[in-house]
Amino acid sequence: MAIFVDENTKVIVQGLTGGQGKYHGLRNRDYGTQVVAGVTPGKGGQDIDGIPIFNTVAEAVEATGATASFATVPPKFAPGAIMEAAEAGIGFIVCITEGIPAQDEAKVFNRLKRDFPGTRLLGPNCPGIISPGKCNIGITAGEIAQLPTADGPNVGIVSRSGTLTYQALYELKQRGIGVSTCVGIGGDPVPGTNFIDCLSEFQSDPETHAIMMLGEIGGSAEEEAAEYIAANVTKPMSAYIAGVTAPAGKKMGHAGAIVSGNKGTAQGKMDALAAAGVKVGLNPTEAGELMAEIVAAL
Amino acid sequence: MDLFEYQGKQYFARYDIPVSPGGPADTVDEAVKEAASAGYPVVVKAQVQVGGRGKAGGIKLADNEAEVREHAGNILGMDIKGHVVRRLWVEAASDIDEEYYVSFTLDRSEKKHLMMLSREGGVEIEVVAETNPDAIVKLHIDPVDGLSEAIARQACLDAQLPERAIEGATDILVKLYRCYDEGDCDLAEINPLILKPTGEVHALDAKVTLDDNAEFRHPEWDAFRGLTEMDEREKMAAEKNLQYIGLDGTVGIIANGAGLAMSTLDVVNQVGGSAANFLDIGGGANADVMAGALEVINFDENVKSIFINIFGGITRGEEVAKGIVEAMGRVDLKAPIVIRLDGTNAEEGRQILLDAGIPQDKLRSEPTMLDAARVAVELAN
Repeated sequence: MAIFVDENTKVIVQGLTGGQGKYHGLRNRDYGTQVVAGVTPGKGGQDIDGIPIFNTVAEAVEATGATASFATVPPKFAPGAIMEAAEAGIGFIVCITEGIPAQDEAKVFNRLKRDFPGTRLLGPNCPGIISPGKCNIGITAGEIAQLPTADGPNVGIVSRSGTLTYQALYELKQRGIGVSTCVGIGGDPVPGTNFIDCLSEFQSDPETHAIMMLGEIGGSAEEEAAEYIAANVTKPMSAYIAGVTAPAGKKMGHAGAIVSGNKGTAQGKMDALAAAGVKVGLNPTEAGELMAEIVAAL
Repeated sequence: MDLFEYQGKQYFARYDIPVSPGGPADTVDEAVKEAASAGYPVVVKAQVQVGGRGKAGGIKLADNEAEVREHAGNILGMDIKGHVVRRLWVEAASDIDEEYYVSFTLDRSEKKHLMMLSREGGVEIEVVAETNPDAIVKLHIDPVDGLSEAIARQACLDAQLPERAIEGATDILVKLYRCYDEGDCDLAEINPLILKPTGEVHALDAKVTLDDNAEFRHPEWDAFRGLTEMDEREKMAAEKNLQYIGLDGTVGIIANGAGLAMSTLDVVNQVGGSAANFLDIGGGANADVMAGALEVINFDENVKSIFINIFGGITRGEEVAKGIVEAMGRVDLKAPIVIRLDGTNAEEGRQILLDAGIPQDKLRSEPTMLDAARVAVELAN
């Protein structure tokens, strides 16, 4: 078991003929992911290293039975690409595109929710998702993810930041701790999938025995997650929040990462998580060490 | 991008939101000229991106040219909470019967837009929220549906605006939402929104934050650039399209990804150092970007050591390494580099750095983030 994606997931890459799309799409396939098609309007009939290209997502789904999409297209076209995938019946869309206007993102989120409740969007502006040994969609380097073991204990990871997602995978790999699934939800203001969505899945996934969470300053997603954890999550957790030293009023790269007034501070988030029973580390390495202690006690 | 008041008003005007006639002025003479064309009496307003301008003496009423000269002379160059006034906005003074508040922003928890409307304007909305929360009407707007006139009117009624203000306020709400939505604002706020004795409703202030991600579809935003409040380092970084924020420590930071960059600041702090900056070279950065980042860091006099923290995903290790080698050939780096390189093609990257034969006292590689932070802080202190 894993969450959202596994060995049966069939993936199309929207933008496979572009530089980034080709590089990461082929890497995903090399990892063992079933990358069954690419979609680029006007390039139908071609292939990229044996992967057939279609003009539309609908054609690709029809021909291959794809269930998931990896959207790696420029910000201007990403909202359209996401909606096209949803309309073609894709159930899980990973969009790594950085720099989509917030107004577009808010519209896409609410349109999906209303018209395509069966479709889950991961991202945008996220590194993607990896169920080690089974499926890797996105830009994560597969070799830094430790394979899960049949009997566990295995850890599920959920992270708001791309590079911190890799850091978390790496911390667990160094300690030989298996990972069931690692989800990067992305740092934008309106992520398609949030902490709570992932926590809920990990809580009910029998292959996940503990959960590691990586948040950052800005917004209230971590505080809301803490409330959810207190009421619903029984699996042990460790966490790290980036941005303890971030000054107020300065956007730290991510559109979402800003401390406004007393809201969205790292300390507030750390306190909320600690109060919910999560072991909170002061840096990613400490969060990894805390997870090692948790796993050792399981 | 945060707009100055006058830029915000210019932006509002594009969406037919009524604002007072006026113009920007950088000198006393220009202020006099703008006052004459706006018509006396006028208000002379300091253009700084900080609250409390009025209390600091940065907003003055002037009935004639002599008064404009006096106030403009006093306000230009004035320091308001660390912000030096370089530009004024001179506009026709308005008669005010009542002051309201309205804003649109994204409610990230609800994933919908939030309109806040209050009959108690002209004061800080946070204060109203504390002292009289019932005076604020909060309305969530589905981004797909937008804001209809009927819903805007109902909000005005709910906010208990007087009857003679309803039509004008409704009209402004709908227009301001259009400005917020089509104009790609993160925030569009009018405080105060005023009711004049004549019954007209009118924006007396403008607070607008534009969503930088939407720049590609707003060529008109070019006019707003240039005057934004940035220090020299930030200007240089902006020219190179780097996500940079100047801080006042001694360890220069370069990392890929906002989360890792923030985390790098945290770790430097935890081992007893202080960061000179936040710098995220972003995903997929190539050698050129890395070289540019090093140039910006090198420009900062306070930097005593440079900590490059890279975990490759979309960013490839060999590109990072090439950039460092290139930068070291191009600029004379004043501070030593400590690098931690992991992830995609990290091995190749480390090899490139080794092969370049850079001496140990110029460049050191450390196996973990914590190790690298310790060394960087040691070198800086």
